[in-house]
Amino acid sequence: MWVWIVCLLTAAPALAEPLCSKEVCDNYGYKVRISIKTALGDKAYEWNESEMFLFRATVAFAMRRYTSDETYNVSDIVVCNKTARVSFWFLVTSPANTAQLVPRGQVEAAVRLSRNRINSAFLLTDQTLQFVGILPTLAPPISYDTPPWLIVFGVVMGVVCAGIITLLLSTLLKRTRSKKNLLETEEEEDRRGSITANGRLCESLREKDPGRGHPDDVHLSKL
Amino acid sequence: MAQRRIQEDERYETEDRPKWDNKVQYLLTCVGFAVGLGNVWRFPYLCQIYGGGAFLIPYLIALVFEGLPLLYLELAIGQSLRQGSIGVWNSISPYLGGVGVASMAVSFLVGLFYNTILAWVLWYFFNSFQDPLPWSQCPLNENLTDYVEECVRGTAANYYWYRVTLNITPDISSSGSLQWWLVLSLALAWSIVYICFIRGIETVGKAVYVTATFPYLVLTIFLVRALTLPGAIDGLEYLFTPDWGVLLNPQVWLDAATQIFFSLSLAFGGLIAFASYNPRKNNCERDALLVGCINSATSLYASIPIFAILGFKATTNFNNCITSNVLKLTNEFDIAEKNITADNYDMWLKTLNTSHPDRINSLELRECNLKRFMDQSVSGTGLAFIVFTEAVIEMPASQVWAVLFFIMLFSLGLSSMFGNLEGVLTPLFDLHMVPSWVPKELFTGIICMVSFLVALIFTMGSGNYWLEIFNSYVGSVPLLIIAFFEITSVVVFYGMKRFSEDIEFMTGHRPGLFWHLCWMGVSPLMLLVVLVAYVVVQVQVQPQYPTWNPSYTLFPEAEVKPYPDWVFAICVMLSAVPVVPIPLVALYHLIRRLTHPEQHTRDEPHVSNPYDNKAFSSEPQL
Repeated sequence: MWVWIVCLLTAAPALAEPLCSKEVCDNYGYKVRISIKTALGDKAYEWNESEMFLFRATVAFAMRRYTSDETYNVSDIVVCNKTARVSFWFLVTSPANTAQLVPRGQVEAAVRLSRNRINSAFLLTDQTLQFVGILPTLAPPISYDTPPWLIVFGVVMGVVCAGIITLLLSTLLKRTRSKKNLLETEEEEDRRGSITANGRLCESLREKDPGRGHPDDVHLSKL
Repeated sequence: MAQRRIQEDERYETEDRPKWDNKVQYLLTCVGFAVGLGNVWRFPYLCQIYGGGAFLIPYLIALVFEGLPLLYLELAIGQSLRQGSIGVWNSISPYLGGVGVASMAVSFLVGLFYNTILAWVLWYFFNSFQDPLPWSQCPLNENLTDYVEECVRGTAANYYWYRVTLNITPDISSSGSLQWWLVLSLALAWSIVYICFIRGIETVGKAVYVTATFPYLVLTIFLVRALTLPGAIDGLEYLFTPDWGVLLNPQVWLDAATQIFFSLSLAFGGLIAFASYNPRKNNCERDALLVGCINSATSLYASIPIFAILGFKATTNFNNCITSNVLKLTNEFDIAEKNITADNYDMWLKTLNTSHPDRINSLELRECNLKRFMDQSVSGTGLAFIVFTEAVIEMPASQVWAVLFFIMLFSLGLSSMFGNLEGVLTPLFDLHMVPSWVPKELFTGIICMVSFLVALIFTMGSGNYWLEIFNSYVGSVPLLIIAFFEITSVVVFYGMKRFSEDIEFMTGHRPGLFWHLCWMGVSPLMLLVVLVAYVVVQVQVQPQYPTWNPSYTLFPEAEVKPYPDWVFAICVMLSAVPVVPIPLVALYHLIRRLTHPEQHTRDEPHVSNPYDNKAFSSEPQL
């Protein structure tokens, strides 16, 4: 019996080592900050023991998913130093041996793997359910096969080029048509033999393109 | 005298000079030319830094005594002599042909960089059709572990402008390479200008129905939207609160005079060209008053939504600043969420500072001062492409506002480009420098192509620095010199008497005493004072420029570097070369007259004008 008492006495300090001491938390735990009101505004829910239970359950789920064989339970997730901010520290103990704490690296990897699931359970985001020290993975930038600006550019450039070609063609057609008309009226005048003021054809004056006038000057000088 | 003039008029009416379809087209084109990007991003800035409402006093004085007389003079001389800028001054006296050549050179050089700004506007316009807007977030670096450092240290909008759009080099000596996306945008910008100019004022006149009116529509939409944003009223208060002390600062008067001068787009030759397509009998006095007043009214009208939005942006920045400080305090002291709000932040800070000053210091709380955010005033491209784009992200339905804003900027700039290109093309066509077998469409295309190729300088890595140089050195002193020579030529060489008679014929009444006083005394004097003061101020300032240098220790602040010598030589050349034709042409004609006195009277410029002294010949001219 004395042996049992000695054993208990020697084991007691080990058991009584506070899990929530600063050194233990710094080495094995992570601080969590939850900002429900910022995330949900009017639809914010109250943070109470049931929510805390859910948190411990999701972290246990994350550990199970990460290790994929060890059966973590809610009791393996220890929560310390709760504040009104809603912030607390949590530690994970091994399911096989409650005295042994899971190293930080494993906890971080597990949380990273199931971060999305943990966030969705609480309707929060990476910023509002903050694991201090575990950086959120950045969303990859949206990449397009064709950058959208090229599409808009192509459309506008196509319209402008089509417009330029149309206008140039119509001007060309108008000019050749007026040249043809001019030649026809010239022949007509030669046949009729009329003399007009200053030796110029009145028709050709009227048919002049109201442009800057150079091409028609050339025609008139032929007379 | 008058009867002979009427006979000459009838002969000139048979000339096939292009005509405006109606008066509205002409007015819209002049208004579009005068109202440009400067009305949106220069005037509100000046209003803000020069004590708000008080700035309007020197501005309006400059408008009445300098802007309107010069505007009236250009429109009247163009309408009566019915030529582009070179032809008009040649007609008054061959010695003055250089003034027209100078106008043409300045129009060409300004057109180069102005259209590059439009290319930037187009680039942002194309990129506004995305969700989320590309300038709202920083891109990730190659490892996908963190955001790009340059972006994190500056802001996302800054990064997008300087790195993604311009890909700017750290200084002007390193040119970098041509940025292909800017080359494409520039090609499109010049294509759009070409299609509007393809048939001369026939197509320009139709295009201005849209380009000159659309900005007013968008400004109104923005006005309504902006006034509903939080913080808008603060911004407007800040803008318009007058600080009467600024009236004692001579710099304010100088800036007001230069602003009104450049805002009205005087001395480019474009206004003379536009007026030359008018019928002889047209009330150009009313036109000048209308265009001048609409231009100033537009500046005022544009500054309201701009400042409402800047006030909104400052308020947003201030709120974000407070929120981040609140978060820091809440996290540090584990206070319950939402206990510290923006309202009781100061009280909380004071109590916490007295109890835990060292922890407060270690937090590095930001100084949140609304006035300081308001003071971050920007003008020019910084306003449009950085400040405004940041503001647009915060507004709901950002893509719509971004698209509207950039289309508005493009319309404003395009209608000003019409004037620039007109100032280049009309003199060349009038002097028959284009061989007659070259159709005008081809020649316009050639000019656009040449301008596009030269403007490729601005698409290089250092392009923005070169653009600033062109903007400061070409678009300033040469214009003042040209305007001074314009007004002196009309008053001294043409004669006020002849000019008054012309105006009487065109408008139906002689110009009043006010106009006489301005043209003969006040305006040339003001121009001379402004020119001298401007040059003196420029000479005193060390020629340096702000650069975007990521390796600068104080990045993201701009590192100010001095211009290298060869660049400064180019700056001086850019100011001097456009005005050199003025003495050169005069010298050329003087030498010709002295060496061949008889030949000179016969070899008149073949664009003869009945009002020219030398045109009194006995033989009938054709």
